[in-house]
Amino acid sequence: MTRLLHTAVALDGVGWHPAAWRDDADNARRLHDADYWLELALLTERGHIDLLTIDDTLALQSEGYGVIEPRTDRVRGRIDAVLLASRIAPLTTHIGFVPTVVTTHTEPFHVAKAIATLDFVSTGRAGVRLKVGASQQEARLVGRRTFPPFDLDSLDDPAVQATLREVFQEAADFTEVLHRLWDSWEDGAEIRDTATGRFVDREKLHYIDFSGEWFSVKGPLTVPRPPQGQPIVSVLGHGTDPYRLGALGSDLLYVTPRDAEHAVGIVDEIRWIEESVHRLRPRSRVLADVVVVLGDTEREAADRLARLDELAGEPLSSDALVFTGTATQLADLVESWEPTGINGVRFRPATNLHDLPRLVRDVVPELQRRGIQREGYAGRTLRENLGLARPSSRYAVQEAS
Amino acid sequence: MTTGDRPLKQVRLGAHFPGVNNTTVWSDPASGSHIDFSSFAHLARTAEAAKLDFFFLAEGLRLREKKGLIHDLDVVGRPDTLPVLAALAAVTEHLGLIGTIKATFNEPYELARQFATLDHLSGGRAGWNVVTSSDAFTGENFRRGGYLDYADRYSRAGELIDVARKLWDSWAPDDIVADADAGRFVGRPDVGAFAHHGRHFDVEGQFSVARSPQEQPVLLQAGDSSDGRDFGARYADGIFTLVRPFEEAQAYYTELKDRAEGFGRSRDDLLILPGATFALGDTAEEAEHHAAQIRQQQVSGQTAIQFLELVWKRDLSAYDPDGPLPEVEPDLESESLVKGQARHSQDPLAQVKQWRELAEAKALSIRDLVIEVSGRQTFVGTPSSVAEQINHRVQHDAADGFILVPHITPSGFDDFAAQVVPELQDRGVFRTEYTGGTLRENLGLSPLASRPAASTHPHLQGAS
Repeated sequence: MTRLLHTAVALDGVGWHPAAWRDDADNARRLHDADYWLELALLTERGHIDLLTIDDTLALQSEGYGVIEPRTDRVRGRIDAVLLASRIAPLTTHIGFVPTVVTTHTEPFHVAKAIATLDFVSTGRAGVRLKVGASQQEARLVGRRTFPPFDLDSLDDPAVQATLREVFQEAADFTEVLHRLWDSWEDGAEIRDTATGRFVDREKLHYIDFSGEWFSVKGPLTVPRPPQGQPIVSVLGHGTDPYRLGALGSDLLYVTPRDAEHAVGIVDEIRWIEESVHRLRPRSRVLADVVVVLGDTEREAADRLARLDELAGEPLSSDALVFTGTATQLADLVESWEPTGINGVRFRPATNLHDLPRLVRDVVPELQRRGIQREGYAGRTLRENLGLARPSSRYAVQEAS
Repeated sequence: MTTGDRPLKQVRLGAHFPGVNNTTVWSDPASGSHIDFSSFAHLARTAEAAKLDFFFLAEGLRLREKKGLIHDLDVVGRPDTLPVLAALAAVTEHLGLIGTIKATFNEPYELARQFATLDHLSGGRAGWNVVTSSDAFTGENFRRGGYLDYADRYSRAGELIDVARKLWDSWAPDDIVADADAGRFVGRPDVGAFAHHGRHFDVEGQFSVARSPQEQPVLLQAGDSSDGRDFGARYADGIFTLVRPFEEAQAYYTELKDRAEGFGRSRDDLLILPGATFALGDTAEEAEHHAAQIRQQQVSGQTAIQFLELVWKRDLSAYDPDGPLPEVEPDLESESLVKGQARHSQDPLAQVKQWRELAEAKALSIRDLVIEVSGRQTFVGTPSSVAEQINHRVQHDAADGFILVPHITPSGFDDFAAQVVPELQDRGVFRTEYTGGTLRENLGLSPLASRPAASTHPHLQGAS
């Protein structure tokens, strides 16, 4: 019997193909406008997709890692993903919002506050994707720390390795602080007791007293416990460091299998790491990323990709599998991943203009027909839609035991 | 009413979401959630229907404490400023969206990016109330830690705004070309390029957000020291200040406008906007009664005791709030019992002496006294009278307008919107339709391009 898989759509610019904007210049001019993103969210919501991720980084977009190429033919400029999600969430009903936050250069207290607030304005549909930012260029924008320059060829350099270790360890601390802060108000802390004049029961507010190498945070959060208790934390990973970060404290992991066999290996590694860190929370939901180029025929899809590649001046290179084909073929691919232990898929539309409507119109009904995707939204919160229970505050648990 | 031959000034009005001081009444059955988005949306929609200039939201970065414990007598907790303002942009079209963000616990790149984003997401309605802080108590929640030397507060904040302005200015209006046929998305490869090497910040690179509709958010400032006033006069578009007695307010108004001129700016480009409270009634007597009722609600017995403890610096919890003032003297050695809240007290002994005399003369209990001295509402009266009081202060240069603070959420502004605003409109001093496309335009501020550069003034010169 097949299981239901979770579905997500990843948004970045007007699509994941670097030439996507060439077919969609009108929308590419609207990338700083809320209405463009609202249209995408409402469309995706019609496909009963669990959540939208919104990519972000502090730095201007660039092609090479950490190197900003002086070119003019690619999309440049983007707005803050957390605020964007807050802007469109109140105008949607079901879909979850998972904006990207860079842990390396931000304040965990500010981020905890912002995501808790996104949870309030979306009435329980907030998450966050945590991302490290080890590039020298990004560090220079903020000016608080310096990193050695590196690119994909120098990843084995000891100094680069040390930097990466540092930013991932820091991200793990960051995750811990987020969870403690979201737990720092127990449910029901607001009592409004007119007899004693007390607005809150301060026994239910807790200092988190986190002290670490990169930051110390006293708490409690200034925002009460959000509707989901803990908004959904997620990480994109291609190897052990991010898998470990995910195992330590996230609910969702996006991974990039090349095929079903690779997917099995990835899930095995993640489960093994989860055991080795004595993970207490439910196992991570593991979603497989796939870049999607759809056509009415396989040939049409291949031609579309070839044309986009030609416009871009080079073949599409992606960390994730690039799928070209029909809606039925994409459903076949997703179905083939079902026995691997993967819990779902995150679609990256090559172009939002062409591929997102086809995902909703053609792929989703096919997945639903096969019993892989549910027919509608299961719950009211993102956590419910992901089948994750609402956790109690750790501080309440400690006192009860 | 005019002053001389001058045309009538237009009144500027903002609606302040009720905060976490005892002025906000939570015990009333009509008091709703201070957290749910629906409460924010209600006030913003009410303000927009009344054609107000802006919605205003304050910030909290650490829960207040008294006597080493989290203060529990007033509203505790509030959502994060910027995401709430972004969400409000979804349910309003014209209303300005101004939020307090402390300059101390943020880096300029991220803040500039967030405000540029809010300006895009709201179609040019973003505003930033810049507040500084050096307090180690709040710093315990942040990377940079607790301490910023008092003297550095404004120099860091000034340099932070200098950097932010470089970032906001780093994209030209026509940088995004999106010419698909020519394959050119941007007109030049170095969009957003900036560099700043200063005392507080050493940053460079390319800013990632294209130029926003207003280019820069409207800036307010709310510090009242001499440094704070200079900072406001140099950088801000508006000053969020206290309501003062009429002549004092006129003197303050003139002083701030003079300071702005000293920085080479037009007097009209710095708005003086005191925060004001109000109580309405169909008759003057009803309004007075309503005002007294609100003050009763604002000062519970427990609140009154804590109010005295700020001055006595002693535990007074054994005293009956409905009884006479404590006979014990203030503890002059003790440290302040309050953290996370600004309170300036004069000499405690003189203060206590004055209060005892007042309590004796009027036979006041502790609670009565606190209600008496913690101040009546700024504007009390019929809608017509309140409109006249507001207009009088504006036309006589004691203010350019007010940031109105209701005592209750979410409905605390409803009556003002329905009853006082039409009175102002009838007097021809408040808009009946929005005419500007941006907050800056609606506030009557001159376009940025027409302004002389203020950054050459030597007094507060930050870094290059």
